[in-house]
Amino acid sequence: MMNNAVEIAGLTVVRGGRPVLDGLDLAIGGGVTGLLGPSGCGKTTLMRCLVGVQQITSGRLVVLGQDAGSAPLRDRVGYHTQAASVYDDLTVRENLTFFARVRGLDRAAVDRAVTAVDLERHADQVVRNLSGGERSRASLAVALLGDPDLLVLDEPTVGLDPVLRQQLWQLFHRLADAGTAVFVSSHVMDEADRCDRLLLMRDGALIADGSPDEIRARTGSRDIETAFLAIVGGDAA
Amino acid sequence: MNPRVTLAVAARVLSQLRRDHRTLAMLLVLPTLLMTLLWWMFEEAPGAVFDSIGPSLLAIFPFFIMFLVTSVTTLRERSSGTLERLLAMPMGKLDFLFGYALAFGLMAAAQSAIAVGVCVGLLDLDVTGPVWLLMVVAVADAVLGSALGLFVSAFAQTEFQAVQFMPAVIVPQILLCGLFVPRERLPDVLEAISDVLPLSYAVDAMQSLVGSSSTGEAWADLGVIAIFTVAALAFGAATLRRRTA
Repeated sequence: MMNNAVEIAGLTVVRGGRPVLDGLDLAIGGGVTGLLGPSGCGKTTLMRCLVGVQQITSGRLVVLGQDAGSAPLRDRVGYHTQAASVYDDLTVRENLTFFARVRGLDRAAVDRAVTAVDLERHADQVVRNLSGGERSRASLAVALLGDPDLLVLDEPTVGLDPVLRQQLWQLFHRLADAGTAVFVSSHVMDEADRCDRLLLMRDGALIADGSPDEIRARTGSRDIETAFLAIVGGDAA
Repeated sequence: MNPRVTLAVAARVLSQLRRDHRTLAMLLVLPTLLMTLLWWMFEEAPGAVFDSIGPSLLAIFPFFIMFLVTSVTTLRERSSGTLERLLAMPMGKLDFLFGYALAFGLMAAAQSAIAVGVCVGLLDLDVTGPVWLLMVVAVADAVLGSALGLFVSAFAQTEFQAVQFMPAVIVPQILLCGLFVPRERLPDVLEAISDVLPLSYAVDAMQSLVGSSSTGEAWADLGVIAIFTVAALAFGAATLRRRTA
């Protein structure tokens, strides 16, 4: 357990008097780790905790050996927010160049990020004129800048066509193979099989943890959606 | 503070403005057009009305236009998620604020140069003191408007709410700045209030420069404006939280 990218102990976040995360314990290592669960189950809150923009009620988060959100981590963690966080009135390249300058990265880093999300043809278009999927990829490219050691991606493949989704998952695996810990959330259960390790989440708690095959085998289910239902049903019984 | 990041923010804000032609036009020529309208209104009226109220309005127009544009622009940054993203990066809060202040300060300088140039050159506004100092006051005043706009944007959830700050924050300052009633003739309580409102000092500085060739008073007023600007930026920094609920 020494080389985990993320170690979380007793993480609790209370918002509006309601616990969004309740005493969560979790360690995330290398590879592509998927966080699956319905909308509103706490995925985004957990991700915001990892990048240090979420107020935490109690608990301890260690990311890459440092306290989550501490200054040295801001160069090492790439974060993709659920809504595309780019400037609508700038081109893709201008957006990336700006964020690269904030990070102190060069032009080559911008080009690599544009290529990684396959936006070369749209690089000089203003983001406002792009489709939803293209905007989302532009936003993802910002997270990829500077080859971070940990990528925290909040629903990066939402609304993308299947071909592109497949390309992005291949990219996540390439990055993981190169040593980046990739933590991806999704509410689409059919993406589960693309993860090395799967975390199922519901109502602020983790209800299953394992490889997709393990989770299916444990519940005797053919797909992750059925497995999810079986686990939730088992809890209720 | 990191100059690289501050400059990156300023350059980015300016390139966004470059794309937004309507806002750019509003920033650069609207105060001048309004001053021209004012001059025209009083062209046939007896007495030198334009000379007496022109300086006050030369302080007021840039102040409130910069306030409006800045508060809405920064609010958009807060609500679009780009601010959250920046705060998860190695960006200091002051880098962000000074970047904005620098970009809008440059715009303010251009805006004020045009407005003062037209008023003095074409509309025959009589200025006894040095014209360049009048311009400096106009720029300081516009930067103050930006700084206040940055600050209040923290208290708005939507652009609709941000616009509502204009009547709440700006109009009382316009009423009490000495434009309608000289400040020393206001009821005591209102005079005391006008003493703590920043726009009063901008208008005082303008009036003293137009009326007299000594610059001491204008420099003192400029000092007060600078203090208000720094305070607004400092409070603005305090409202930028890396961690939010």
